[in-house]
Amino acid sequence: MGILEVKDVNKRFGGLKALSEVNLSVKENTCHAIIGPNGAGKSTLLNCLVGKLIPDTGSVMFDGQSVLGRTPHEINQMGISRVFQTPEIFGDLTVMENMMIPLFAKRDGAFRMHAYESVSAERALIEEAEAMLADVKMLDKRNMHSASMSRGDKRRLEMAMCLIQKPKLLLLDEPTAGMARADTNNTIDLLKEIKSKRDITIAIIEHDMHVVFSLADRITVLAQGTPLVEDTPEKIKGHPKVQEAYLGEAH
Amino acid sequence: MLGLEKKDFTLLLIVFALTMLAPFLLNPFPEGSAMAQFNAGYPDLMQRFVIFGIFAIGFNILFGLTGYLSFGHAAFLGVGSYAAVWMFKLLSMNVLPAIFLAVVMSGLFALLIGFISLRRSGIYFSILTLAFAQMMFALAYSVLTPITGGETGLQLALNDPRILGTSATATGNIPVPSLFGLEMRTTADLDLGAWGFTFNVGYYFCALVMLVAFYLSIRIFRSPFGMMLRAIKSNQQRLNYTGLNPKPYTLAAFVISGMYAGLAGALMASMDPLAGAERMFWTASGEVVLMTILGGVGTLIGPVLGAGAIKYMENIISKINSDILHTWFAFLPDGLEDFVVAMIYPFIGKGWHLTLGIIFMLVVIFLPGGLVEGGQRIARALRGRKTTDDSGKSAKTEPAE
Ligand SMILES: Nc1ncnc2c1ncn2[C@@H]1O[C@H](COP(=O)(O)OP(=O)(O)OP(=O)(O)O)[C@@H](O)[C@H]1O
Ligand SMILES: [Mg+2]
Repeated sequence: MGILEVKDVNKRFGGLKALSEVNLSVKENTCHAIIGPNGAGKSTLLNCLVGKLIPDTGSVMFDGQSVLGRTPHEINQMGISRVFQTPEIFGDLTVMENMMIPLFAKRDGAFRMHAYESVSAERALIEEAEAMLADVKMLDKRNMHSASMSRGDKRRLEMAMCLIQKPKLLLLDEPTAGMARADTNNTIDLLKEIKSKRDITIAIIEHDMHVVFSLADRITVLAQGTPLVEDTPEKIKGHPKVQEAYLGEAH
Repeated sequence: MLGLEKKDFTLLLIVFALTMLAPFLLNPFPEGSAMAQFNAGYPDLMQRFVIFGIFAIGFNILFGLTGYLSFGHAAFLGVGSYAAVWMFKLLSMNVLPAIFLAVVMSGLFALLIGFISLRRSGIYFSILTLAFAQMMFALAYSVLTPITGGETGLQLALNDPRILGTSATATGNIPVPSLFGLEMRTTADLDLGAWGFTFNVGYYFCALVMLVAFYLSIRIFRSPFGMMLRAIKSNQQRLNYTGLNPKPYTLAAFVISGMYAGLAGALMASMDPLAGAERMFWTASGEVVLMTILGGVGTLIGPVLGAGAIKYMENIISKINSDILHTWFAFLPDGLEDFVVAMIYPFIGKGWHLTLGIIFMLVVIFLPGGLVEGGQRIARALRGRKTTDDSGKSAKTEPAE
């Protein structure tokens, strides 16, 4: 039994079958990559895991509990954090404030009325946020207005916001798209380090094969809403069907 | 100091000094001089400055932080006024129980209306709040006449039961609101040469309440709760996927701002113990929106400045008439004088709304951050000569000044 079990999931958008009979099992403390051509249904699958979409049929179990019918914030509180394909950050807030919010969510739950205390009195949380920002090499930007940063920086910030919650399952939707090569390599190193240091399961969607083969323990190839094959990176590299359906196209 | 950062504490001190010295600062022109009509240092108007300041400070906690634009906040002001007058009628002329009941009642109303209205966001939320407020106005005006006094409004009478007090004073008058016997209408005059200054108990009481309200709003702005409210305005989607439920946060902000409105309503009734349905009319709800935007949405001091600016114009510009204009421009040749007066006339007296509208448009277009942004730009320009660009940077990273 994996920590994440997706069984027979179907999702239609009108006449379009975005997901059909998707089965996926992600083992605890592994990194599972989902690859596939544009429009294969990768983001749709992630949306079904975090409560953004509800599958038409099928089940999604996380840590032995169903996530279906729960709201996004409840699913996050179960231990799933997600990075979006287009960065979702608090653009009006500073980088540091962006980091504090997930920390409060982790410590205080979905709602807590702290209206009289001062944010700046939360020394322990501030130090934690600073350490995380140092890890993603953004400490110098801590007081920056986050909307004014580059796309690559926004991605790194969003990832840091997810990582700081110490999720059991981290979902990454193209985390390095739009990043400079050096930042991509930093991101790979960071994720490798996190993986080796703590218990974390990662599901990553990525078009950059360098990232995929550097991180993934297993790879699922999705095409037209259906998993084509699932195997280890070595096997996937040589798989004729994959070459044809995806890698051949990309390279 | 007082749990505030140095910058915020300084701001609080400045506001404290300004409100305490207001009777002097607002009466800069000698009595009887041509400029005397620009003096705003009389109790009635000063009370309105701080009372509407409270209303706007509270409104800003909802609108400025969460971005939810309520078009019905005057309803809570009205609830506060009615509750306070009932307290005067039934319990005592002491303002404290009146204020207490007003804040509780407006909080309950805000809880109910907020719970329903916050099911939607954006324009639908605004329309829902507007609909509720207009409904309450209509009810207060007609069906609920036994509670609200209907068209004439709710007033004190000589036969009010008043459990902890007397129905009438020894001289046969209706007693007046007081704080443990200290009457709100008590005033002291100070004449210094040609200048006259008035000190009024009611004003100082309202000013102290406003300082407490302002202090609490600073605490809210700097708290984790305040940060969540700004996060709601910025990106609700991210907030959801970060494990936070925006609904109770917004509702709490709505209730708090409703209680501020109720407090303002109670103070109005404490200064002049009557309450009318027109306090709930939609124009009153719109006015607090204007105040907040004019002063600076989401800034600490902006709403107070906006409230002051609008109340000043309402009371001072509206008093200027064509005779006064003629005396001002008497130095011009006759034909030109008439022409200038004719040109300015639409903007004064009853036309003050036109002036307000134009100023409002100019501010929204050229100073989206309101009067506060104007002040910051001036300060930066003055400072810019001495220091390099780092002041500009810090102003950008700390939007909530
Ligand atoms: N909310 C929606 N409503 C209608 N159609 C949608 C919706 N979301 C996705 N789709 C469609 O479903 C299909 C799968 O989309 P999805 O975003 O999951 O692809 P993807 O694999 O993530 O692609 P990419 O690599 O481009 O991100 C596409 O054809 C897309 O147009
Ligand atoms: Mg996608």
